[in-house]
Amino acid sequence: MSLRDLLRFAIQALMGHRLRSGLSLLGMGVGVAAVIMLTALGEGARGYVENQFANLGSSLLIVVPGKTETTGALPGMGGAPNDLTLDDFEAIVRRIRQVERAAPIAMATTTTSHGELRRQVAVIGTTKEFLEVRNLSLGRGVFLPEGDIRRGASVAVIGERVARELFPGQNPVGKVVRIDQWRMRVIGVLTSRGTQLGVDVDELVVVPVATAMRIFNRSSLFRILIEARAQVDLDTTAKSVVALLSERHGEEDVTVITQDSVVSSLGSILDTLTLVLAAIASISLGVAGIGIMNVMLVSVSERTSEVGLLKALGVSHQQIVAAFLAEATLLSLAGGLLGLTVGFFGVGVVVGIYPDLPAHPPGWAVAAALAVALVVGMVFGVLPARRAARLDPIAALARR
Amino acid sequence: MIGLENVCRSFAVGDSEVRALVDVNEQIENGEHVAIMGPSGSGKSTLLNILGCLDQPTSGTYLLDGREVSGLDEAELTEVRRNRIGFVFQFFHLVSRLTALENVELPMVFAGTAPPERRARALKAIEHVGLNDRADHRPDQLSGGERQRVALARATVMGPGLLLADEPTGNLDSKSGTQVLDLLDRLNENGLTLVVVTHDPAVARRADRALVMTDGRIVRRLRGKELESIQGIGPGIAPGTTDVTSVST
Ligand SMILES: Nc1ncnc2c1ncn2[C@@H]1O[C@H](COP(=O)(O)OP(=O)(O)OP(=O)(O)O)[C@@H](O)[C@H]1O
Ligand SMILES: [Mg+2]
Repeated sequence: MSLRDLLRFAIQALMGHRLRSGLSLLGMGVGVAAVIMLTALGEGARGYVENQFANLGSSLLIVVPGKTETTGALPGMGGAPNDLTLDDFEAIVRRIRQVERAAPIAMATTTTSHGELRRQVAVIGTTKEFLEVRNLSLGRGVFLPEGDIRRGASVAVIGERVARELFPGQNPVGKVVRIDQWRMRVIGVLTSRGTQLGVDVDELVVVPVATAMRIFNRSSLFRILIEARAQVDLDTTAKSVVALLSERHGEEDVTVITQDSVVSSLGSILDTLTLVLAAIASISLGVAGIGIMNVMLVSVSERTSEVGLLKALGVSHQQIVAAFLAEATLLSLAGGLLGLTVGFFGVGVVVGIYPDLPAHPPGWAVAAALAVALVVGMVFGVLPARRAARLDPIAALARR
Repeated sequence: MIGLENVCRSFAVGDSEVRALVDVNEQIENGEHVAIMGPSGSGKSTLLNILGCLDQPTSGTYLLDGREVSGLDEAELTEVRRNRIGFVFQFFHLVSRLTALENVELPMVFAGTAPPERRARALKAIEHVGLNDRADHRPDQLSGGERQRVALARATVMGPGLLLADEPTGNLDSKSGTQVLDLLDRLNENGLTLVVVTHDPAVARRADRALVMTDGRIVRRLRGKELESIQGIGPGIAPGTTDVTSVST
């Protein structure tokens, strides 16, 4: 029997049992697509978290109040530490040589309004260095002016989305915005940047640090951002900062975070994510495999009497197995391709809706999904046929 | 030539044993036309299946052309089924997704016959059973009689020496039954050995001789004039409702 005849017979069989073939295709397609989409989502979540921290800047140090006992735990969870103050900030800038520039940060969430339009935003009080330390840029106007950090002017720089929502269709620069009860003149709009470190730059309002402290009625800082000089060792810089502040506070009650320490403490989270991802993939692969197995087992077993007829006509065991193998292979290939198409289409839709999510299926997941569909489809497409072909023809023929 | 010596076939059903064939001894010469009769459950189909190498005896020997069938391996059995034996079933057993012509081609596809020759031979066989104009119809577009004629074409297209038919007219009305029987007769006249299982005395009377079975044994052998005396049921009546073994002498 020629390969062409074999394939023709297989295709005729697939076309002849449209419902069965369709169900098998569906089973495989759904299985493969599920694996691709689930792993793509997992991978996307992982990539998202990584991206959040990757562009912190490699020379950035973050001073937070509170002492972490062990690395990896979140800072700020210790006892009641001394506040970080503007004096601390000035001491750092003055006394630590490795500091290129630094920015104090006071932060709180409050209502900002313009006329009838209002919304909740995160208000950050800082200095003009903030722009460079965080690698931000201005879309319009200017950033905070230089000057005495203890005398805050009533000016504000606003994020892109805040500008759009409070000043629809207008240029906000020069207009007045109300922050809490305070009137501020808008002097600039930040370029859109998306979320960084859990803060959406587009939703920020930035004011001079003294102004923020006045608004919040508070004298402590949330953080101090330090950009170290190029080529200096970050660890020694961090130690100098800790030593200086410990001396000033009388105890060691601050933590200095570097990108490396963040990424390494993040490592365990990412490892967990990877494990979860692998678990999701194996479960969906298993489910897909069992689904494919059931469909193939049932649809081929239903054809036991056809196997009996073929045997009665003098078709050999090997030919019967070859025919069903060809059929199962074609079906599995088609099912795999269908799954790939649907899976990648689904991932495309997700990315279209959430562009920040770098969702793409890992290569190994695609390969494994296809391999499982092919192998399971072929094995369980052939096993029942092989079993039927072992029967005496009349026994196979009598089965429905 | 067929030789059966002490052929037994029993089935295990649960704990008990059903003896479908008990010590069957028989010789069938080449070119003979033999009918097998008997009440329902008497072992007719079981015997025919063994003759067709679709089933194996539990004990005893079955000689087909001098070769002992139980000694054949799977490949040899396949070869015998493919080239030596044609089988016609009561329920046709056509492949429903294939056309009449493709059904007739089927044995040749797996025998590796080249497509042009295959097509020509299948067309000839279809023509022989008078279905040229139905060649492209699928089985569900054919009448029962037409389906059985397609099955007959398929059974003979490989040129077997032995044709076995299990109640070939059991599901047909008398007119299409007669068409099928005429075709069978014609094949037999051309030298094909023919064994037909039937409940219908009219069918049996066309044979050279008849074997009457009861409870797995051949209890009577009728030939010539004796066939005329078989009484029983006409076609179309449910098999097994009347005792067809009664013979008036
Ligand atoms: N696969 C099987 N398993 C168990 N018992 C069987 C099997 N096949 C046949 N038998 C039994 O063997 C006996 C003979 O069956 P067989 O089919 O040969 O009868 P039959 O003469 O062809 O009857 P009918 O005229 O109804 O077709 C019956 O009692 C039947 O129940
Ligand atoms: Mg029967």
